Amino acid sequence: MRLFAASLAALIAATPALAQDHSQMDHGGHQMPAAPETGPEVDHSMIDHGAMGHGKPASPPNSLTGPPNAADAIWGADAMHPSREALYEEHGDMQIFWFQGDRLEYRARAGDDGYLWDIQGYYGGDLDKFWFKSEGEGSFGEPLESAEVQALYSRAIAPFFDLQAGVRQDLTGPDRSHAVIGVQGLMPYMFEVDAAAFLSDKGDLTARIEAEYDQRISQRLILQPRAEINLSAQEIPLLGIGSGIDNIELGLRLRYEIVPEFAPYVGVEQEWKLGGSRDFARLAGEDPEVTSYVVGLRFWF
Amino acid sequence: MTKSNLLLSRRRMIGSLAALSSAVALPMPAWSMGQMGGPVRKGIHELSGAKIDLHIADGRFATGSRSGHAIAVNGTVPGPLIRLKEGEQTILSVHNMLDVDSSVHWHGLLLPFQFDGVPGISFPGIRPGARFDVPLTPRQSGTYWWHSHSGLQEQVGHYGPIIIDPAGPDPMQYDREHIILLSEFTPMHPHAIMKKLKVGEGYFSMQKTSATDDYPLSAEERRMWGRMRMMPTDIADVSAPTYSYLINGHGPDDGLELAYSPGERVRLRIINGSAMTFFNMRLPGLPMTIVQADGQNVQPVEVDELQIGVAETYDVIVTPSAAGAFAIAAESMDRSGMAQAVLTSQPGCKAAFPALRDPPLLSMVDMGHGGMAHDGGSDDAPMDHSKMDHAAMGHAMPDAAPADAHSGHDMAAMDMSGGMDMRDTALLPDTVKTGPGIDMVAMNPQDRTGYPGLGLDAVPHRVLNYRLLKSLAMDHHKRAPDREMELHLTGNMERYMWSFDGRKFSAVGDDPIRFGFDERVRVKLVNDTMMAHPIHLHGMFFELVNGQGHHQPKKHTVIVQPGSSATFDVTTDEPGDWAFHCHLLYHMHAGMMQTVSVAFPEGAS
Repeated sequence: MRLFAASLAALIAATPALAQDHSQMDHGGHQMPAAPETGPEVDHSMIDHGAMGHGKPASPPNSLTGPPNAADAIWGADAMHPSREALYEEHGDMQIFWFQGDRLEYRARAGDDGYLWDIQGYYGGDLDKFWFKSEGEGSFGEPLESAEVQALYSRAIAPFFDLQAGVRQDLTGPDRSHAVIGVQGLMPYMFEVDAAAFLSDKGDLTARIEAEYDQRISQRLILQPRAEINLSAQEIPLLGIGSGIDNIELGLRLRYEIVPEFAPYVGVEQEWKLGGSRDFARLAGEDPEVTSYVVGLRFWF
Repeated sequence: MTKSNLLLSRRRMIGSLAALSSAVALPMPAWSMGQMGGPVRKGIHELSGAKIDLHIADGRFATGSRSGHAIAVNGTVPGPLIRLKEGEQTILSVHNMLDVDSSVHWHGLLLPFQFDGVPGISFPGIRPGARFDVPLTPRQSGTYWWHSHSGLQEQVGHYGPIIIDPAGPDPMQYDREHIILLSEFTPMHPHAIMKKLKVGEGYFSMQKTSATDDYPLSAEERRMWGRMRMMPTDIADVSAPTYSYLINGHGPDDGLELAYSPGERVRLRIINGSAMTFFNMRLPGLPMTIVQADGQNVQPVEVDELQIGVAETYDVIVTPSAAGAFAIAAESMDRSGMAQAVLTSQPGCKAAFPALRDPPLLSMVDMGHGGMAHDGGSDDAPMDHSKMDHAAMGHAMPDAAPADAHSGHDMAAMDMSGGMDMRDTALLPDTVKTGPGIDMVAMNPQDRTGYPGLGLDAVPHRVLNYRLLKSLAMDHHKRAPDREMELHLTGNMERYMWSFDGRKFSAVGDDPIRFGFDERVRVKLVNDTMMAHPIHLHGMFFELVNGQGHHQPKKHTVIVQPGSSATFDVTTDEPGDWAFHCHLLYHMHAGMMQTVSVAFPEGAS
């Protein structure tokens, strides 16, 4: 202990001397802003902010450039380095994993009842994230009607919006991959919006716009209107899609947040196929207008 | 010890050793052996003397019906009171018995920077199983506190009070003293809290606006808030019921009683050691005379209530003349809960606690659409802006004279119908990096040091505000600032990003705020967010520019009210690297932190 204290004292005593030595070496031309009388008279043109040397190997303790390193002179640069790296990373570079089941629901409707999933999640920091999405639906007793997964790079481009780009793979029907570009975020008046365009490997261009709004009835009871519109730049007969507006969905869901992460809901959703898509549906013997009564679960972790 | 005891058979020797070791082991508290999950007692016991040992260890804390993991120091939450004497040396010996690194920061204490206890800035941290000795000879007196500066350990119990008794007579006469250390307990892991803050805007609030609330908001005002994508209830990021609010480690159900005798002058040393909570502190029926702020003596000022920001301290004197019991009520600023204790002349005597008042709401003033008036009040010499250097992040700024705090409260004068730009980044100086991390720019930030704190501007009794604080001693040699700098407090509520000048600490750690040795710098903090931030500078006191001239109060932590500015003068006479950050724990963790590098004096040996 005594030895420790003694060596510490020696170090402390040495530190300012070190500082001075270095400043004389590297910064002889600079006047340190020291006493109040002289401080303001320092020639600041020599301390150009833009010219600050970052990552200089060994700048003197508390010189006017370079990283803070006064503690290096006391405890050693090797001892300080890992804690400094950890400190910076801990204060702002937190990486988060988030998974949300936005809609996992049973859909009662005319004919066979169906089901739907709509999940998303991300891993990343404040500005850059890997974002994934998947949705699909079907009727009980029949093969999966539609399903897709998306893998996206998501970049914060504004306080409330991310730009997202990546790929989408369809899991049903004819094999299709798509390039994706879209935006996701919060519109004024608190509308959550997700809008994306898809260019398939067959050259087909489609788009999807989703918007939802949370109206709190109480702290836990939330009414959520939701709208989705699918668009196509061309007719895609193989998929039963006409050009223009493919379909519109309007939904209303009432959920109860037992905790914010876990909220069962009931609701109703109406879908209309329009234009060419409506004609394709009729030809296939399907009803272009479907009303579903839904019960489901919204969760995240 | 008798002679026969020295003549032991080998067998008896073994037996005796076993007995001895068990006798030693049994009274050994769990914390001293580094055991996990031992029960944690509630503070606060006192330690003093030439050597003080602190053992940091895991434990299990309980209050009311809740319990959870805690980090206890010497087996208690809060940890022990460290009682020092001005001018007398002590060795503070910190033993880390956790399985992760730890640290102790001595909040408000003047000491060589390498003992300040911030891993990565002042020292490498204390490894598991290691010991760190801090030789300290106090150069000050007053009420302070200590806490971990590692990760989020402060949230889970790693904190405690410090009292430094003055070398001479205390100018404040009192008969009895009590510590009132305010904090929070939650069984939720702090990393879970941080994640919920990041992904779920308003996660912890159970006071959000809804279709059935009672808030005095018109439909038009509600639409305005929605249009801005902000919430007028966004007052505390984390609150009750997630938090149980504590006084000296005691929750409201724990019935903490603090004694007095009628007629005594009782000094309450109030310390806000919470991670995230501003408290409205009062003892209904008992006026408080404030005699110290952040450990520094101030001219006595009598109030009925005060709002204390995270990391601040206030010493008050109360004088209950008759026998009875008084409620010590510390209501969280968002009024979701209350820390409670009883000041009583007889054990078991109950006090009536006031009900939680209606939650306050943010207003246009909190968005920086502050008042029109900009009256004077500061007697400081005007600054020559040509003298500012690069580190001053130079740009002209208006003088820091405080405006009338209430001048901005005229809601009718505001344009509520839309059209205003909540985020006019052209108003920001070049030093601020704009980007997704900034969701708001205060359009007309006013000095609001005359504001008593959210929700206390309309109460029918006397409330403290910063302009009422006058240092007890006059500063005869008050220096005019050599230069000025302006620093913006920036954030994005939705993404839970917090920073200085739009840059998180993770991005600017290698580019500290630099001061020469013994400079006199005027620092203006501009809050471009709708939250009040308690900004703490390590290692040095600053003087709050509050219009009190030669009696500007010295502080280590200053609340910058939402959408406003606060200004301090600091003499940078403590060389080394120091932390500078928002003391809301999760704001700091999100990046609202910087290093302040003070150059070493030339010619020092």
